[in-house]
Amino acid sequence: MTRTSDLSELQSIARTVRRDIIEMIGAAKSGHPGGSLSAVEILVTLYFDVMKHDPANPTWPQRDRFILSKGHAAPVLYSVMAETGYTPKDQLNTLRRIGSIYQGHPDRRFIPALEASTGSLGVGLSLGLGMAEAAKLDKSPSRTYVVLGDGEIQEGQIWEAAMYAGFHKVDNIVAILDNNRIQLDGWVKDIMAIEPLAEKWAAFGWHVIEVDGHDIVALQAAFAEAEATKGKPSILIAHTVKGKGVSFMENNPKYHGVAPTKEEVELALKEIG
Amino acid sequence: MAAKYELKLGAATREAFGKALVELGKADENVVVCDADLSKSTFTHLFGKEFPNRFFSCGIAEANMVSIGAGLASSGKVAFVASFSAFVLNKGFEQLRVNVAYSGVPLKVVGTHSGISIGEDGPSQMSVEDISLACSLAGFTVISPADEVAMFSLVKQAAYHPGAVFIRAGRVKVPVIYGPEQKFEIGKGIQLTEGTDLTFISTGLMVAECLKAAAALEAEGISARVIDLHTIKPIDREIIAKAAAETGCIVVAEEHLVDSGLGVRLAQVVAETHPCVMEFHGINNTYAESGLPEEVLEKYKMTAADVADTARKALARKKG
Ligand SMILES: Cc1ncc(C[n+]2csc(CCOP(=O)(O)OP(=O)(O)O)c2C)c(N)n1
Ligand SMILES: [Mg+2]
Repeated sequence: MTRTSDLSELQSIARTVRRDIIEMIGAAKSGHPGGSLSAVEILVTLYFDVMKHDPANPTWPQRDRFILSKGHAAPVLYSVMAETGYTPKDQLNTLRRIGSIYQGHPDRRFIPALEASTGSLGVGLSLGLGMAEAAKLDKSPSRTYVVLGDGEIQEGQIWEAAMYAGFHKVDNIVAILDNNRIQLDGWVKDIMAIEPLAEKWAAFGWHVIEVDGHDIVALQAAFAEAEATKGKPSILIAHTVKGKGVSFMENNPKYHGVAPTKEEVELALKEIG
Repeated sequence: MAAKYELKLGAATREAFGKALVELGKADENVVVCDADLSKSTFTHLFGKEFPNRFFSCGIAEANMVSIGAGLASSGKVAFVASFSAFVLNKGFEQLRVNVAYSGVPLKVVGTHSGISIGEDGPSQMSVEDISLACSLAGFTVISPADEVAMFSLVKQAAYHPGAVFIRAGRVKVPVIYGPEQKFEIGKGIQLTEGTDLTFISTGLMVAECLKAAAALEAEGISARVIDLHTIKPIDREIIAKAAAETGCIVVAEEHLVDSGLGVRLAQVVAETHPCVMEFHGINNTYAESGLPEEVLEKYKMTAADVADTARKALARKKG
């Protein structure tokens, strides 16, 4: 795989990933474009720059772990895994078809390189804590990254995990909150407001970093700050736009779980460039 | 005769559930509904739009929702909680056990997107163990309607049925079996066709598949009875014992793990009344996968043709 810290290269990869997402979900005629597009820069920065991992050796014990706790954003994960060489690129458009390795939600039975099968919201952070604790026991430098949705953190288990991580000073885990302000049925503020976020996580003992989730340079700096923070877990509160990069999907709750039509796919691809 | 059923595609049972809720809400202002960020998928948004004051948005927090629903139900409200079957039962099980079943609270719990027929979203959202879980809650009534007519009627009855109720609903549109005049009674199965050689007993969307299988077998000179067991618990012992005694051969079909659903409960009744040849058709010790609903159902052998094969196997055993 090609690692890079270069901004214009990472931006170009992000464009490719956005195209992949639109094409995959368009071909499947079902899926979740909004929350996939909002997490593009987060996953691209992690997979191409920040995380230590080797697609040629996915069981390398000291690899960093990645969990997409908001599993419905599978297309963004599939795209970065394909673009980094874990899985075949030419099968991306089999998303959600019978027999495809690209299941509707990440499924380890089909892609063993996945750290977790996800899709039921609320469990990924706890799972990550177990991996982070195991790394500590093994004296491994492995770090664990968990991407959470802002609707997802309404689940009580998230706060059980938050409390554990603060209390046990699990400083080799990083949570990334994709704070796109929209969940399934509408705006988070109308369904079950979660603010104030920074204060909540800080009160649970976390080092909180607020960051523009589409600014790759800011994300690189935030991940570096997280790594330098000892004795505390870190969370990036990534301010993002649901549907980012496709004008008619941006900030539009409709595109949480609705696939673009053929015409919309063309329009979206033109916009992404 | 199985052939008399046209089985035209109707609405999804989840949609009929949502419509029944609105009727209930209009007739009784004690009816309340709790949602966990799936109101458009479970069709509780219809109720939410009509009666915003009686619609409780709980966010993505099913366990909390179940206990809140239990609190409402124990305060005299006719309370419904709804989510995908997989989430409301799996995330809310402790709360269903302690706050509802054990406490004798008459909460009405509705799980939509049951079985594997949800299709594309795949196993994390599928529910192949919900009959097992719901039936393991002591005192619960467990209902699994086969079409929109049954769902509409049974939801309205369940609202005022004593005790806690779980209702299993599906995502996809299903064939209409019943006419508008059909009467349903909680706890009483419905015999859809006469038959002397064997009996299909089924629930949910597999009932229509059994009707199709019975029609196919009829062409081979085999007379198959079909029973819709829309109430799984308490189970209708009478209709089962009669089928066992009269046909001597029972085939159970369900969109559920075969070793923990309707079939094993039915076998208990058969063993206690008229032991006979039985075969069990369901999902074998696995989680399914993503795909178009019809492809998933085909791959995991949930079609009329598969059920008919199981019936032939049962008949061969009966003939010995
Ligand atoms: C336990 C559970 N409950 C409900 C769902 C259904 N569901 C899928 S996505 C979603 C909304 C998620 O919103 P958010 O976490 O904000 O994700 P994003 O905006 O990043 O897509 C819901 C309710 C689920 N997958 N898991
Ligand atoms: Mg969100």
